[in-house]
Order: sequence, then C-alpha cells, then structure tokens
Amino acid sequence: MRRYFGRKLLTYLMTFFVAATIDWLIPRFMPGDPVAQLVSRSNGISPEQAKALVDYYTRLFGLDKPLPVQYLNFWNSLIHGDLGLSVYGHGTPVTDMIMAAVPYTLALLIPAILLSWWAGNTFGAMAARRKWLDNTALPVGYVLTATPYMWLALVLSFVLAFSFRLFPLSGGYGFNLEPTFTWLFFTDLVAHWVLPFLSLFLVQFGGWAIGMRNMIIYELESDYSRYLEALGAPQGLIRKYAFRNAMLPQITGLALQLGVVVSGSLVTEIVFSYPGVGHLVFAAIQSNDYFLLQGIFMFIIIGVLLANFIVDIVYVVVDPRTRVAMRGGTA
Amino acid sequence: MTAEFDPTMSPAAGDAEKAPTPKAKRARGEFLFFALRSKKFVVSVSILLFLILLAIFGPMIDTNDPLALGDLPMRQPTLDPGNWFGTTYFGEDVFAQFVNGLRASFFVGLLGGGLGALIGMMVGFVAGYRGGWIDEVLNMVTNVFLVIPTLAVLLVITSYLQARGVMFEAIFIGATSWPWAARAIRAQTFSLRSRDFIDLAKLSGRSGPKVIVFEIAPNMSSYLFLTYILLFGGAILIAASLDFIGLGPTGGMSLGLMMYNAVTWAALQLGVWWWFIPPGIGIIAAVGSLYVMNVGLDEIFNPKLRDI
Repeated sequence: MRRYFGRKLLTYLMTFFVAATIDWLIPRFMPGDPVAQLVSRSNGISPEQAKALVDYYTRLFGLDKPLPVQYLNFWNSLIHGDLGLSVYGHGTPVTDMIMAAVPYTLALLIPAILLSWWAGNTFGAMAARRKWLDNTALPVGYVLTATPYMWLALVLSFVLAFSFRLFPLSGGYGFNLEPTFTWLFFTDLVAHWVLPFLSLFLVQFGGWAIGMRNMIIYELESDYSRYLEALGAPQGLIRKYAFRNAMLPQITGLALQLGVVVSGSLVTEIVFSYPGVGHLVFAAIQSNDYFLLQGIFMFIIIGVLLANFIVDIVYVVVDPRTRVAMRGGTA
Repeated sequence: MTAEFDPTMSPAAGDAEKAPTPKAKRARGEFLFFALRSKKFVVSVSILLFLILLAIFGPMIDTNDPLALGDLPMRQPTLDPGNWFGTTYFGEDVFAQFVNGLRASFFVGLLGGGLGALIGMMVGFVAGYRGGWIDEVLNMVTNVFLVIPTLAVLLVITSYLQARGVMFEAIFIGATSWPWAARAIRAQTFSLRSRDFIDLAKLSGRSGPKVIVFEIAPNMSSYLFLTYILLFGGAILIAASLDFIGLGPTGGMSLGLMMYNAVTWAALQLGVWWWFIPPGIGIIAAVGSLYVMNVGLDEIFNPKLRDI
C-alpha cells in the first residue's frame, strides 16, 4: 500500500515541481518583455518617466536579482500562498480573486463530471450489442463527444435562453440580487447554473457512453464471457461481469479526462459570463494580467493533482487486484 | 552481411519493398472489401473528403477577404453568391471566414496531431523496447505531462506571445498532446518485444532503432494510424478552445476565432445565429467523422470486432 501511494505521490510532487518551474520560466524566457508591456500601457509619459517606471517594476518584481535567487524567492512566496497582485482586480491579491471564483467552478465541475460519468457508463452499457439502441445512440454519442464545449453552450443559450427565455442568458446570479442566504437568491443561482452545467454534462456524457459501449463489446468477446455463455449462464449475468470489468478502464479514463473537462469548463464559463475561474482567465487575458493568469495556472494544476489522487484511491477500493498486488501476492 | 541480403528479414518488411505478391494483393483486397462494407468508414470518409475539398477549394469559390468589412452588417443567409452564410456584425462574409477557418483547423490537426504522434511514438517505442531505467525515466516524464492540463500550459505560454501564427499553435499543441499516445504505444511495444521474430532480428545483428522501425512499427501500423487519427481530432478541438479564449493566431481566421468574435460582439444577444452555428458544425463534422473513422478502421483491421 505504502509503495503504491508513495510512487503516485512522487509523480504528483514531480508534476507540481515541473508545473511551478514552467510557471516561473515562461515570463522570464519568452520573447517579449512583460515589464515593457506594463509600462507601455501608461500613455503620455516622457522617456525619463518611462525609464523610472521600468526601474520601479523591475525592483518590485525582483527581476534585478540573480536568477537562482529569483527562483528561490518564487518558491518562498508560492509556499506562503502569495501569488502576487492582480492588475485586473486593481491590486487585489490574486489568491483572493481565485478563491472567490473557485466555488462557482467547482459547483459546475463536480456534478457535471460525476453525473455524466455515471449516466454515460450506464447508458453505454445498455446500448452495447442491442441493435436499434446502438444504431441510434452511437451517432449521437459521437456527435456529442466531438462538440466543442463552447459551441454547445452557445447553442443551448441561444435556444433555451434567448429564443424561449426559459433560463437567464448570462451571469452567476441576477444583476438585481446580492449574494445572501435566502430562498430567492438560491433559486436564482440554480437557474443560472442549469445551462452551463448542461453543456458540460452533455459533451462528457457522449464520450463516456461511447467508451463504455466499446469496452463492453471487447469484454463480451473475451474468453470468460464465451465460457459463461457456453455454460448456459443468463445474458444478464454475463453482462454484469462484463460491466464490472469494463468499469476499470473508465475510472482510469476519468483521471485522464480531468484536464480536458477543466478546459471545457473554462470556455463554457466564458460563454455564460459565469463568475468562475474561466471568466477570470478571460478577463486576465484581455487585460494582460500575467500574475492572475499564472496564479490560475497553479490553481488548476493543484486541483487536477488532488483529483487524480482521489481517483487513485478509488481505484484501489474498486479493483481487488491492486490490493492483492500491494500485499505482495500475485493476482 | 548487408541488410538487403539478410535472410532473416521478416516477411512484413520484405513485402513492402518488393512488387505486391499475391499475398499482399489479397490483404489489400480484403481491406477494401471490408472497408467498403463498413458503413462507419464510408460515411465518415465521405464527410471528411467533402470538408477537405471545401477547405482547399472554398477560398477559391468565395474570393472575399474573410476580414474585409462590408456595408451590409448582420445580413441573414441567402442564396446570393457571396452571402451563403450571411454576414457578421461588421459585414464580413461568414462563408469566407468559414472556409478559411476550416483550412486552419485541418492544418493544425495535420501538423499538431502529426507532431504529437511523432513524439508519442519515439517515447513509446524507446520506453517499451529498451525497458529498464530508460523506461522508468520516460514513464515518469510521460506521467508528469499526462497530468498537467494541456490547455492550462498553452494558456500561460501563448499569452506571452504577441504575434502568434497557426504554425506556432500547431507546434505547441503537438508538443503537449503526446503523453497518452506514448503510454499506449509503450504498452503495445512491450507486448511485441518478447516475440520470436524480434529475437530473430536481434540475433541477426540488427540495431535497436532498425528493429523498432522495420519489425515493431510495421506490426502495429494500424494501431499507430488510429492513434494519429485521434490526435488529429484532439488537436482541432484544443485549437478551437485556445482560439475561443482569445489566444488563437493573430491576423488569421479560424473556426474558434469566429466563435470568439461572435461572443465578444454579442451575437447571442442580437440573435445573429448564423455567425456562431457554422464554425461549430464544421468542427463537429470534422472531429466526429475522424472519431467514427477510427472505430470503422478498428473494425476493419480487427476481425474480432466485425459484426458484418
């Protein structure tokens, strides 16, 4: 047990280290000078004033120190949760801004990931080797999984919010409301949540359904299924075994899909102006707010690493073979 | 002893160099037989061919500059030439934008997917064939890059580039999308490594790279092709997301950029649906038919999966 998790943990620590180093490297070694860009945004200043500003920013960001010192300083502030100040937020600490946005994103992501995984797997298992269901469900699944998240979001909001006015068009809650613990605010929050959730749910649903369907077909062709069939076992029992075996790759797939889903939620939030992390990314790019962007990058990495670790734990619980292997036995 | 006179050369490598033997001819005939009977393959290839032709010849049929401002803003689609898909808020020709965007999408898919497949193959082959500490190291690197969300890395990198070309975008996507391919190819290589014909090739004095290129790769060529198709489709989708966030190629046109412009200039609130519907349909048609083609080919290559 300790060896398995130790290995996983080492991978994740390495990943975090690499990601943080990328985060530090990029602004320093990319073509183009972020400080010059910052200064060029203050219009109508004389060359001397510009020079003073460049000096000021260079000292402020510690860019005048030798690179190894800069690197150590970077880690020091990272460990203390200091990701710098946001230009877009007029000097608000980046950490605070992200913390305010994260609940909205998680409220979209967690239900969308879990529900689509469950629904897609159930549906895909049902569709496999049932002619008419397979023939209708499969094309729909492929269309859904090839759909860009933002496009589905655009279409949903055009049809359901713009044309039929069933849901609000954008935002996390009504412009006329303040965040409070009232029933009115809560229902409004849910009404704004439905469409972004739906666009995330549907695209992923297609992917899981197809994955499960193909996996079940592989399992139904395998020797143990054939053997059961030859013994005269009922179809339902064979399918049950096939489903349990097909489930394992789908759990691994869940970990692999996390990054894709996170980027999906970023673009979906942009369509709906949903006040989550994606909206923050958009604002940061529009206003060249590099601190904010890099802070979000670190946050996404940490989130994805944590989620991966949870999937690892679930895998151990679900697959008895991993536990046997850990105890030193052979499966 | 030179390679040409090597008697232990595997039949797979030999057939490719000589004129098609009866056996190779039969294999090709069998492929065509099953390919033409696979509805998935025929339909998806037809759609793909149509889109590719549209991307190549579309800009010649509709010679309007996709970024030229027109005097008829937000015109509904009509049958008039030059207005098949209507115009944008600025009077730009949506059809011209669409076909040019399609071109960019296929370019990114071809190049980004190709680069991803190339890196994935190199890492996967070497890790699977060599094993030992090289495998351990490459595996670690793969796992690290597997966990980092591609789009997040691209976000930070591209935001620092002031001028971005389609080429850059494709290279960045290729350089970050290889890990799962490497993992899959490694596993396949690992299972081929201990077969007799590989041992034979090693005994005959073939070097490691030669064994990989002439013995291992041909034996999993269908698998490699399927990996490339999936990477192709994935690259198109990633590019669309990147363009949509506002980090796409500067000064060009792409399907994601069309959607970005539509959202930025409130196409949704103005009800200009013909601005953002076509790019999405184009992406779905291209990526969806790539995925379906993948499954169709899988069924053609793998007799176990055929349900004909």
